[in-house]
Amino acid sequence: MPIAARWMHEPDGSQVRRFSVSDGAGGDDNSKRRISMKISNRVVKTSIAAVGMSALAVAVSAHAQQTLNIVSWGGAYSMSQHEAYDKPWIEKTGDKIVNIDRSGNALAGLRAQSQAGNVTWDLVDMLPADAMIACDEGLIEPLDHDELLADAPDGTPPSEDFVEGALGDCFVASIVYSNIVAFNSEMFPEDAQPSTIEDVFDLENYPGKRALLRKPINNMEWALIADGVERDEVYAMLETEEGVQRAFDKLDTIKDEVIWWEEGAQPPQLLADQEVAFASAYNGRIFNAMVTEDQPFEIIWDAQVFELDGWVVPTGKLDKVKDYLHFATDTQRLADQAQYISYGPARLSSSELVSTHAETGIDMTPHMPTHEPNFATALQKDDLFWADYNDELTQRFNAWLSQ
Amino acid sequence: MTQPPAAPLTTADGVPLKVSLRRTVRRSKIKALLLVAPLLAFLFIAFLMPLFEMLWRSVDNPEVSTHLSRTVSALEGWNGESLPDEAAFAALAEDLRVGQQERNLGLLSSRLNYEKSGMRSTISRTARRVGTLEPPYRESLIEVNDTWGELDTWKLIQREASPYTISYYLAAIDRQLSPDGEIAKVPEHMQIHATLFWRTLWMSAVITGLTLVLGFPVAFLLANLPTRHSNLLMILVLLPFWTSLLVRTTTWIAILQSQGVLNDVMVALGVIADEARWQMIHNKMGTIIAMTHILLPFMILPLYSVMKTIPPSYMRAARSLGGKPFLSFRRVYFPLTIPGIAAGGILVFILSIGYYITPALVGGQSGRFITNYIAYHMQTSLNWGLAAAIASILLFVVIICYLVFNRLIGVDKVKLG
Repeated sequence: MPIAARWMHEPDGSQVRRFSVSDGAGGDDNSKRRISMKISNRVVKTSIAAVGMSALAVAVSAHAQQTLNIVSWGGAYSMSQHEAYDKPWIEKTGDKIVNIDRSGNALAGLRAQSQAGNVTWDLVDMLPADAMIACDEGLIEPLDHDELLADAPDGTPPSEDFVEGALGDCFVASIVYSNIVAFNSEMFPEDAQPSTIEDVFDLENYPGKRALLRKPINNMEWALIADGVERDEVYAMLETEEGVQRAFDKLDTIKDEVIWWEEGAQPPQLLADQEVAFASAYNGRIFNAMVTEDQPFEIIWDAQVFELDGWVVPTGKLDKVKDYLHFATDTQRLADQAQYISYGPARLSSSELVSTHAETGIDMTPHMPTHEPNFATALQKDDLFWADYNDELTQRFNAWLSQ
Repeated sequence: MTQPPAAPLTTADGVPLKVSLRRTVRRSKIKALLLVAPLLAFLFIAFLMPLFEMLWRSVDNPEVSTHLSRTVSALEGWNGESLPDEAAFAALAEDLRVGQQERNLGLLSSRLNYEKSGMRSTISRTARRVGTLEPPYRESLIEVNDTWGELDTWKLIQREASPYTISYYLAAIDRQLSPDGEIAKVPEHMQIHATLFWRTLWMSAVITGLTLVLGFPVAFLLANLPTRHSNLLMILVLLPFWTSLLVRTTTWIAILQSQGVLNDVMVALGVIADEARWQMIHNKMGTIIAMTHILLPFMILPLYSVMKTIPPSYMRAARSLGGKPFLSFRRVYFPLTIPGIAAGGILVFILSIGYYITPALVGGQSGRFITNYIAYHMQTSLNWGLAAAIASILLFVVIICYLVFNRLIGVDKVKLG
């Protein structure tokens, strides 16, 4: 049976009748292709009429409906991806998208699936450092960016349109996010609000508990900067024993006042409960709590540690996800995502299109980590450094914690 | 005078009775075996095979010998006193070139990075440029990265060329091999696993003791109250037991945290000041309280099943023979409950050694168990060899506990219900 009619759940909850082409064996190949052409053309036309998106000029080849297993981080971030990429994609193709919240352990999952010889993930959202390791291990596909990805609307090829470092051998970034420290402004007098990373380590003038990520990452950098190390010397310092000791000595000064968190959802909650005065966090989560839940949080942009995040394709899945990847990384989609969460798009051409928050209508630009005043003292996370020293520093960090 | 030998007994169809008996026994043995065969197959596939896989992984060391095979054979006979000759450097360049093409250097660089931080980037940087390198490779490799000019790097490659390694076990007990192959303690600021093993053991012992102290009177009441009351009490024991582990654990967080129920009540009653709220969770205390609560039924139920079988008349007899209550309890009742105490104790102790969700949620840093680090190495650091080594040591500890227990009390005396 080449064509099946079935009820599909639309994202808004309604049901529509859709035709789908079975991709199983059987049936005349040619007729199958003809029919599927016809159907996907119709789907394209309808979506253009309905959504009016010029970006759909993208040539859509014969496309059988399929299920895409997409791994991401969950929470407000997955929601923004769902709104910006998945909904229009489902609208356009009728594909089914299964969201899996496993990005926190994506590398372990990829390794296990590849060792078991049964890779079920089709597309994975991961950090560039993990992508580098996965690429070296042959777990993910090398990507030819200029061939696979969409050009900018003005014709600039992807290799020139993405921000620096966004395109790895096997990796294509979609966002720039940032690790920041936020505070609850109700817990400090109005004329003495903290503003620098030094203030986080200053228990005398800014008392209260601090919630920090239970990993050496970010904490070591901040400790050194608060101790007076220049930003561009931080990683060179951390490669030396004196630098590491200096960072731990600085962290020692606030150790008794720290609550260590592990899940991205914890810092906004700890701040809202006033269990802590400061919390390190991903900037989008704090933005979400500030804007959609009206929490009295402020972000200290000083010494933000920013990094990229984006897609990798597990080995053998490139043909299946090629079209989705092309679609989900084009200029319009990345700009759309910034309507839902305050993560900067990884494309230069998208940054110009960043506008207002989809629900509250506030201007998103001042909340972006890449916004000029926020970015002045930013530090880029050094993936190579952490690839080399993470094991050793984490063990040392854990030993330090349990002393 | 001797009796003539009696004719051997036979069954009705003339088969000697002995043979017939043997046949019957064999047949019933086969039947029994067939009945348990599905379970045996299940145990083998789901339990023994993973167990062997884990033991295997804790010593397995294929990375260097597979991915640097040319280098390893070029290093044969190298004395380790000065840098190896050009042939070894050329072999390394060739190995890295092939590895780069086949994209399989990741596992190798992870493996070497465990032993020497910085090896991951050394290998990936070198591999990226190896296509453009010119002989002599010795000079050009050292130019790409100084690490190749260090004697220790080559000693490391030579040492890890062996298909088996004990370095995971050494790491699991805070030891390491020095470049010269001697076993040494890791620096003090890096020691973590040994502390965690001891902490896991003593905290499990404390939890076992607490469940015994709290569970013994409850089990006694359960066994001796009239059925109507004991049923109610039994439900009170079982209801939390049937509630999800996660629910019970997170409830303790709500009760014990510094803005939690207990602290709020004490502040309201004026027992403690608002600024001096007690830190009762995210530390050892949190782990001990939550796990004692969660494991309590595992102590009460075996105790109850043993106490239920002790006739009340024994105590009455002891009393009527003049024993004071405490003496009668100590000399008569208590010894009879020992199999229950032993069964409950070993059950709770072994269960708590293996617990990891509860310590992860309520243990903070000081209340974490070694199992949390197994999970960490499985999921986050991806050092599966080290995770396997720690897990094997834990398995070994459990087996020792069991053997000691069997020696002291005897497994056959245990009743679970």
